[in-house]
Amino acid sequence: MHALARKRYHKAAPLILVLTLLALLTGVGAVITSQSAEATTASSSDIEEGQKLFTSNCATCHGIDAQGQDGVAPSLVGVGAAAVDFQVGTGRMPMQASGAQAPAKEVVFTEEQIAQLAAYVASLGTGPSVPTAEQVDPELGDAAKGMELFRTNCAMCHGSVGGGGALTQGKFAPSLMETTPTHIFEAMLTGPQSMPVFNNANITEESKRDIIAYLVAQRDGSPGGLSFGSIGPVAEAFWAWIVGIGLLIASTIWIGARSS
Amino acid sequence: MGAKLNAAASGTANYVDERTGVGALVKYFSRKLFPDHWSFMLGEVALYSFVVLLLSGVFITAYFEPSMTIVEYDGPLETMQGVEMSKAFESTLHMSFEVPGGLLMRQIHHWAALMFTAAIVIHMARVFFTGAFRKPRELNWLVGFTLMILSLAGGFTGYSLPDDVLSGNGLRIIDGVIKSVPILGSYISFWLFGGEFPGEVLIPRLFTAHILLVPGLILALVAVHLFLVFLHKHTQYPGGGRTHKNVVGLPLFPVYTAKAGGFFFVVFGIIAILGALFTINPVWNYGPYDPSPVSAGTQPDWYILFVDGALRLMPGWLGPIPFEWHIFGITLPMNILIPAVIIPGLFFTTLALYPWIEAWATGDRGEKHVLDRPRNAPTRTGIGVALISFYMILAMEGSNDIIANLFHLSLNDLTWTFRIAIFVVPPTLFWVTKRIAMGLQRKDRELVLHGHETGRIVRHEHGEYIEVHEPLSDQELWLRVNYENIAPFDAPEEYNEAGVRRKGMRWQRFKARLSRFYFEDRVEPVTPAEYAEAQHHHGSHDDAAHESEHELAEAAKD
Repeated sequence: MHALARKRYHKAAPLILVLTLLALLTGVGAVITSQSAEATTASSSDIEEGQKLFTSNCATCHGIDAQGQDGVAPSLVGVGAAAVDFQVGTGRMPMQASGAQAPAKEVVFTEEQIAQLAAYVASLGTGPSVPTAEQVDPELGDAAKGMELFRTNCAMCHGSVGGGGALTQGKFAPSLMETTPTHIFEAMLTGPQSMPVFNNANITEESKRDIIAYLVAQRDGSPGGLSFGSIGPVAEAFWAWIVGIGLLIASTIWIGARSS
Repeated sequence: MGAKLNAAASGTANYVDERTGVGALVKYFSRKLFPDHWSFMLGEVALYSFVVLLLSGVFITAYFEPSMTIVEYDGPLETMQGVEMSKAFESTLHMSFEVPGGLLMRQIHHWAALMFTAAIVIHMARVFFTGAFRKPRELNWLVGFTLMILSLAGGFTGYSLPDDVLSGNGLRIIDGVIKSVPILGSYISFWLFGGEFPGEVLIPRLFTAHILLVPGLILALVAVHLFLVFLHKHTQYPGGGRTHKNVVGLPLFPVYTAKAGGFFFVVFGIIAILGALFTINPVWNYGPYDPSPVSAGTQPDWYILFVDGALRLMPGWLGPIPFEWHIFGITLPMNILIPAVIIPGLFFTTLALYPWIEAWATGDRGEKHVLDRPRNAPTRTGIGVALISFYMILAMEGSNDIIANLFHLSLNDLTWTFRIAIFVVPPTLFWVTKRIAMGLQRKDRELVLHGHETGRIVRHEHGEYIEVHEPLSDQELWLRVNYENIAPFDAPEEYNEAGVRRKGMRWQRFKARLSRFYFEDRVEPVTPAEYAEAQHHHGSHDDAAHESEHELAEAAKD
């Protein structure tokens, strides 16, 4: 284990070095104002561009001033850049159709456009900002702590390793197997759709990174072989009956067949 | 070489025989006849899965420590580093990640458990639908039924051993079910768990049950089960020359010993493939047991899923009527008692008693060694399908969250669908299946009376077109006409000739009602008289056809 760990840290060293340099470059200011790099570097032209994008793509539901409309869409004042980055960056917004829940789908905007939209919404009121690469780096998290936090706070909806699960009335907790660390962090921070907000007083920033480390550790595949989406014994039952019993009955017919 | 080997073998056999006299026994068994059919090997699948369970179980017992002592994990699994867990869970992780072949063995063991229970159910279904449980095999049905219950017990105790979150939640539900039993429940629970759940004694107790008690009982009952099969002789499918008084088949040695021996390795191989390729019960995902977390997708293994489903199906309130009652200071949680105690109880009691229920309806006391084709017992076949659908609906409701998530459906709508389905689907399927079976019987009658269509159309000289039918072969006939025609019976007169009231009239009337339910609608097999009549009728047809054919051929020549 220790040999393994040393090797892993060794591999990650260049990345950490770059991140440290980046942190130094962006300066102490970013830390003091607790505003992320993006938010502080958002220029007024970004905000302007963002507003244009907002007016043409989002205002139909959220209103021209982003105050929201009763029963249609929530106000976006104070939701912060993190919420925009999550909702638009995963393709959930703009919404395609009204339904129980907006599913993740193909992303409509470029990264630059998303940043501009985020800058605009962030300019409307103080809210959580997009996390830095270091804040969400799974290499820096403790996967074991993340496991305990995840199963206490997240597993009841997302399943034991984030395979996803059903909620009431057609709503669901999506699979986290392909969600980027940044989006996982932002989801915890902003509580999109049915998800509760896990603010930094509730689950600290370090703990969020631990959870990310735990989730990312699941992506190496299961040591036991194919995992059927990690959704538990029902999938196993299905395979036992279809594949297992299927093969066994086929073999009884094969052996039971007369040789003539 | 061959001669030497033969001499050595016969020498050894002779040595043993002279000292034990086992030769006669071997001769008896090896000459025992068995009928041949693939469906007769389903019980073997269960038996071989059990052997695989024993073999892999011995391996993993060597590494598993049934202890609830708390330790801190320090092993190769990154996501568990420094986490507090019971020794049971820790040794399961150790076995999975540090013992060579350990994970494979664990997965083989678990897959074998799923296959064992599934094979038992399939075998049971075969016995049910072919009527192999009838006299003299009722007791063996009961032995088999007990084996099925024991397999559930073995599965559940084993599932709970690693002391992970998933199985812990399963135990918590069982604990709740036990506590729902009025008056006795809490005492039983405290006795079982050695205090308040989860306590510190459960894992060692489950371990004893899992590796000693349950497999011991299964082994003993398997011996009884097989002994009774030998004693009764194997049943056979209907066919020419097969009666209730003979067995048509091949001797155990060499055909079946070779087939069965080879088949064991096929079963082992299939289970090993499953174990090698597919993750099962990844306890490292679930984490060590802690009573607080419950994750989405928390379900038992398939064989207990129906109880989970029944619990999910049961509403707490029906409109304004609550299902938790308080009577004389005793709480009756009917919302748990009905789905988790009463329904499984009724379901299993019906299954266990089925041979007697049907015997009351038939009133037949004879021994049955020839199996029924499912179509020739339409009511039984209907009941079987209804029971299976009942079970399936409960199992699907037990998976409602998985189904909802997979197909983007509403969990609530699914539950309501199943709540209605549980009352509507089994009776509907009973009726539909019974009607299909009777339709098939009618088709058989048709075939017997009219023969096979040949596709040959012949025109008579007077202009009539007929299709030539070929009569069935004797084998085909036997299969289609040789089933029992059971008519419903009436209850005897309440007063005999002397005007004395008969005892047990209620019971008699019940049996008569049951008999009507089973046999009121029936398709009777073709009688010899009917057959002869049809033959005569057809014979003239065919003769005419042949004649006209002949004429046609003559005409063509000219």
